[in-house]
Amino acid sequence: MSTPITARELSRRVRRRKRLSAAGALLYILPAAVIIIAFRLVPILAAFTFSFFEIKMGALVGFVGVGHYIKLAQDPTFWKSLGTTLWFVVGTVPPAIFVSLFFALLLNQRIKALGLYRTVYFMPVVTSMVAVAVIWKWILEPEIGILNFLLEKLHLGEPGWLGESRGIFQLAAAKLGLSLPRWAGGPSLALVSLAIVNTWKGLGYNIVIFLAGLQNIPQQQYEAAKIDGAGPWQLFRFVTWPILSPTTFYVFIMSTIVSFQTFSLVYLMTSPPGGPEDSTKVLVYYLFDKGFTPPASLGRASAVALVLFAIILTLTLVQRRLAERRVHY
Amino acid sequence: MAGNAKLRRRLGRGGIHVLLIVAGLSMIMPFLWMVSTSFRSTLEITKDPYRFSPEVLSPGFGAPDTPSAGESRSVGRVFANYVEAWQSAPFGRYFFNTVFVALSCVVGVVITSALAAYAFARFRFKGRDVIFMLFLSMMMVPEPVYLVPSFIIIARLHWLDTYYALIIPWIAKVFSIFLLRQHFKTIPQDLFDAATIDGASRFSILWRIVMPLSKAILVTIVLFTIIGSWNSFLWPLVMTHSPEMRPIQIGLAAFSQEEGTEYGLMMAATCLSVLPLLVMYFFAQKQIIASLASSGLKE
Repeated sequence: MSTPITARELSRRVRRRKRLSAAGALLYILPAAVIIIAFRLVPILAAFTFSFFEIKMGALVGFVGVGHYIKLAQDPTFWKSLGTTLWFVVGTVPPAIFVSLFFALLLNQRIKALGLYRTVYFMPVVTSMVAVAVIWKWILEPEIGILNFLLEKLHLGEPGWLGESRGIFQLAAAKLGLSLPRWAGGPSLALVSLAIVNTWKGLGYNIVIFLAGLQNIPQQQYEAAKIDGAGPWQLFRFVTWPILSPTTFYVFIMSTIVSFQTFSLVYLMTSPPGGPEDSTKVLVYYLFDKGFTPPASLGRASAVALVLFAIILTLTLVQRRLAERRVHY
Repeated sequence: MAGNAKLRRRLGRGGIHVLLIVAGLSMIMPFLWMVSTSFRSTLEITKDPYRFSPEVLSPGFGAPDTPSAGESRSVGRVFANYVEAWQSAPFGRYFFNTVFVALSCVVGVVITSALAAYAFARFRFKGRDVIFMLFLSMMMVPEPVYLVPSFIIIARLHWLDTYYALIIPWIAKVFSIFLLRQHFKTIPQDLFDAATIDGASRFSILWRIVMPLSKAILVTIVLFTIIGSWNSFLWPLVMTHSPEMRPIQIGLAAFSQEEGTEYGLMMAATCLSVLPLLVMYFFAQKQIIASLASSGLKE
């Protein structure tokens, strides 16, 4: 279009555009806003409200104040599920960080076929949790699973994996001929199996994140340290590790948040779900149980949801805070 | 990296590759074990659970003095588990549901995110930043927190066990809005001014100029939306109950609960369920890795 336009016409168009803005802009936001309000904001506010009410057939029938929270605090199953979740977090997060950092460091040595390794390591990330659960249930089968066959060959015994309700400390002590009191038994081997599978699935993801972090480290830093006579361990300890710390912290918080919400692996791999002997009943499983298994208590389930939210919100805010400050060293 | 020359010398190239290959095998062996088992009959698995090569694919298949004596190798015999799995559960329907839901989500997410991001990035209006912050804060809320009330809302809408329940709540994604907004902000104002002077409307600027300039981000969004939708589990588990409405993940989970010990069948079904995404992954691995890494989507 080459119609010449006057300055007056131009300013008229600009003014019209500005006037339309407020109403027009809302029209653009509307589709997303409707969905986000109806299926995020409202449910979140509802969960908050539900946690203070008695609910029958999806309707609020009576205010109970912090009643659900008190009942929650008095329910040993809840505390046990929180403890199980913490064990799961402890069993997944540090291994996820150290193992993936180790392999990211190896991949960062200007090696050949980097792309091929990355492709292979990332495969489980793209695979669904259900498929991963089905495959690993077969591998971990105590009688005819391939893992126990290999362990047997190496004379390492045949652990019961997902069917083992005894704690790993208890099992380890038993190997040494000792017996531990029940409370010191530690997380069940079943839970540890889930943690291993979970770590296996997420490893490639963390490696990719770490690799990106490592590739951002300026080469001069290493040169300078080498001139000062730093060895490989010192290079890692005083150059790589401090500069990488925001990445490490990001992986730490993200893995913790994801681990706190673990559900599908428990639901899919253990039988009965949450078993054996409730040793894999994590927080979200407890929530699911209270929310959807009769006799359901939506109020109680919502109270659990809010507890979970509080934990994850705290972690997220801590992450934001530190990421903003960008404190490395 | 030159900075680690000493480490490299000490460990040696070979050592590094050995470690990386061992890790790679531990990543890939479970998949190979799944494929191998999927070609083996229940009888074969019971007799020798640990054999890697399926009888039906080995050279001696059908030879006299073997358990398979007299049998002939046919496509149907090789893929027996696949055929049986496909026939004993409505996998065709599961796949259709998954693909339909994933594609609908992609279309929805791209449209709603582009519109909203455009307004947040290029318009000035009252409350813009407050609304945007409110949207962003929704990202911090994990799915289990809003699951129970969502179930009640979906039930009240009479959407339980329908495509609406699987699609509508997922056609807007705060993170996609965020990504697009950041990108839209980088487009030079001159471009908008020039288009306005030429008489282009705001919508046509978005459609004709801004969107074509955002292809890379759109690919990222499309990929993590497809993968997220394809692999989602908790939501469809709660929102569907009839087999006709199940996506593949729920179908596979149900199948594995029913066929608990029929490992050959189960591995065949699992193979089928992972095949489409893995094929997509091998063709677009760079983009997929970048997309998932940027999204923070892990499960």
